[in-house]
Amino acid sequence: MTEPILSVRGVSKTYASGVHALHAVDLDINKGEIFALLGPNGAGKTTLISIICGIVTPSTGTITVGGFDAIGQPKRARRQIGLVPQELATDMFETVESTCRFSRGLFGHPQKSDHIEEVLRDLSLYDKRKSKIMELSGGMKRRVLIAKALAHEPHILFLDEPTAGVDVELRRDMWKLVHRLREKGTTIILTTHYIEEAEEMADRVGVISGGKLLVVDEKTALMKKLGKRELDIALNEPMSTIPGDLGDWELSLENEGKTLRYVFDAQAERTGIPSLLRKLADLNIGFKDLETSKSSLEDIFVDLVKEGGK
Amino acid sequence: MNVHGILAIYKFEMARALRTLWQSLVTPVITTSLYFVVFGGALGSQIKEVDGIAYGSFIVPGLIMMSLLTQSISNASIGIYFPKFTGTIFELLSAPINSMEMVIGYVGAAATKSVVLGLIILATAALFVPIPIHHPFAMVAFLLLTSITFSLFGFIIGVWAKGFEQLNFVPALLITPLTFLGGAFYSISKLPDPWRTFSLFNPVVYLVSGFRWSFFDKGDVPVGISLAATGGFMLLCLAVIAWIFRTGYRLKN
Ligand SMILES: Nc1ncnc2c1ncn2[C@@H]1O[C@H](COP(=O)(O)OP(=O)(O)O)[C@@H](O)[C@H]1O
Ligand SMILES: [Mg+2]
Repeated sequence: MTEPILSVRGVSKTYASGVHALHAVDLDINKGEIFALLGPNGAGKTTLISIICGIVTPSTGTITVGGFDAIGQPKRARRQIGLVPQELATDMFETVESTCRFSRGLFGHPQKSDHIEEVLRDLSLYDKRKSKIMELSGGMKRRVLIAKALAHEPHILFLDEPTAGVDVELRRDMWKLVHRLREKGTTIILTTHYIEEAEEMADRVGVISGGKLLVVDEKTALMKKLGKRELDIALNEPMSTIPGDLGDWELSLENEGKTLRYVFDAQAERTGIPSLLRKLADLNIGFKDLETSKSSLEDIFVDLVKEGGK
Repeated sequence: MNVHGILAIYKFEMARALRTLWQSLVTPVITTSLYFVVFGGALGSQIKEVDGIAYGSFIVPGLIMMSLLTQSISNASIGIYFPKFTGTIFELLSAPINSMEMVIGYVGAAATKSVVLGLIILATAALFVPIPIHHPFAMVAFLLLTSITFSLFGFIIGVWAKGFEQLNFVPALLITPLTFLGGAFYSISKLPDPWRTFSLFNPVVYLVSGFRWSFFDKGDVPVGISLAATGGFMLLCLAVIAWIFRTGYRLKN
C-alpha cells in the first residue's frame, strides 16, 4: 500500500465551551481518492476539517499532510490544501477575479492568469469576473469560494457540505468538477449529511457521529459488510398472516400480502434462503418470482448511528 | 518566506484604502485646515508663541501625531477585525503564511497609509505656516516608527475587539484624550506641577516631544528618551502579537 496523503492520529477536540466535539479520531486518506465524511449535524465534521486545515487547534493528536507534520512544518503541509468552507464567507467588496488572485498569492504562488481564467471558466464565473462579490447570488458565492480554493492548485481539496442549499445546476456542475479534479489526481474530501451524496460520489466513506468516527470503509465494502439484504418473494396467492411454521425467519408481508419479504444478513455464513424455500415448498406456498436488493447506505447509517449512540 | 502571501495581504489592504481614496485624502486635508482656522487663527492671535516658536507652526507636529496615532490604530485594527467579522479569516488561518508574514502584510499596509497621511497633513500645514525641519532624518524616522508602532497596536486591538464599538473605543476614549493631554497643542513645561509630573506618564508626550524636536530642535523631554519610549512600546506590541499567534487568542478556537 502506498503512503496515505493525509494521516490523522488521535485527534480530539474540546472547545473552550466544554463541548467534546471530537473523540480521538484516526483517519488515513489515500492519494487521489474521493472520501466522504458522512454524519448528522453536529457530528464534528467541520471541526475535523478545520483542525486539518489549521483553523482550529486540536486538543490532542497529530496530522501529517503529504509527509509533512501539520504543526512542525505548517507551511509545507498547508500549501497542499484547499478548503471550501461550509459558511459563505467572502470579501464582499472585492471582485471575483481579485479575490481569486488574493487566494493564489496568499498560498505563496506567483500569479498565473491562465490558471485563474481556467478555474473561472470551469465554474461558469468568467463572465462575472469583474463583478463585486456582494452583487452575486448565494450559489454564485459558493462558486467563488470553490474558485478561490482551486486558484492555488491544491493537491487535497476539502469541500465542507458543498451541496447544502445549492441549486440543482450548481450541484451538477460541482460533481462534474469533482470528477475532473480527480482525473487530474486531486484528492477530495467532502462532508455531507446526505447519504445519496456519499453513495453517489465517494470511493470511501467515513461515518461520523457524536465526535466519533464509527466506521471507515470502501463504499461498496461498507454496504456489503453492514448491509442487510432483502429477498422479496412474489406469492401466487396473497397471504393475510404469516404461518407460524415460518417463525424461524425474519419475515414480513408487503404489497397487500402479495409479497413475502425476508430480511437477511448478507455477511452471515448461512443466509437461511435455501431452507426457507424448502419450507415454503413443504407448506405448499407457491411463488412466481424472487428478487434480492441491497439496503442503501442510509439504512447502514441509521444502524451505525443508533449503535454509536448507545 | 511567503513573499507572495505578504504582497497579497499588502495589496488587498491598499486596495481597500484606494476604494475610499476620496475619504482617505480629503478628510485629513479638511480636518487639518479646520485645526488651523481654530487653533492657528483664533487661538494663535491670543498665544503668539510657545518656546519661541510661532503657535501656528508649534502645533503642526502634534497635529500630525494625532492623526498618525488614530489612523494607524483604526486602519490596522479594521484590517484584521474585518476578516474575523465576515468569517474570511478562515483563509488566512489555513494559508501557508506565518504570523510574522501576516503582520508584515497588515501592519505594513496600515503604516504606509499613515505615513502618506502624515505627509499630506504636513503639506497642507505648509500652506498655512512656515515649517522648519531641523532634523529631517529624525523626522522621517519618528514618522515611520510611530506609524509602525501604532499599527502594531491597532492590529492587537483588531484581534481583541469583539464588536465595532470596541474597535472605536480605544482610539476615541484613549488615544484622542491622551493626545490632547500629551502636549500636542501646548508645551507641558507650561503646566502647573501636579499636571506636569502626571503628563510624564502619558506615552504620547514622548512621541509628540520627539517629533517636535525633529522640527524645531526643541522638545519637552530629551529626544533619546522619546526614542527609547517609542521603541519600548513597539517591542511591547511585538511581544503581545507573538503571544497572540502562539496561543491563537481570539483568532482560533
Ligand atoms: N466554535 C465552537 N465553539 C464551541 N462549540 C462548537 C464550536 N464549533 C462547533 N461546536 C460544537 O461542536 C460540535 C460539532 O460541530 P461541527 O464540527 O460544526 O459539526 P458538523 O460540521 O458535523 O455539523 C457541535 O456540538 C457544535 O455545537
Ligand atoms: Mg459542519
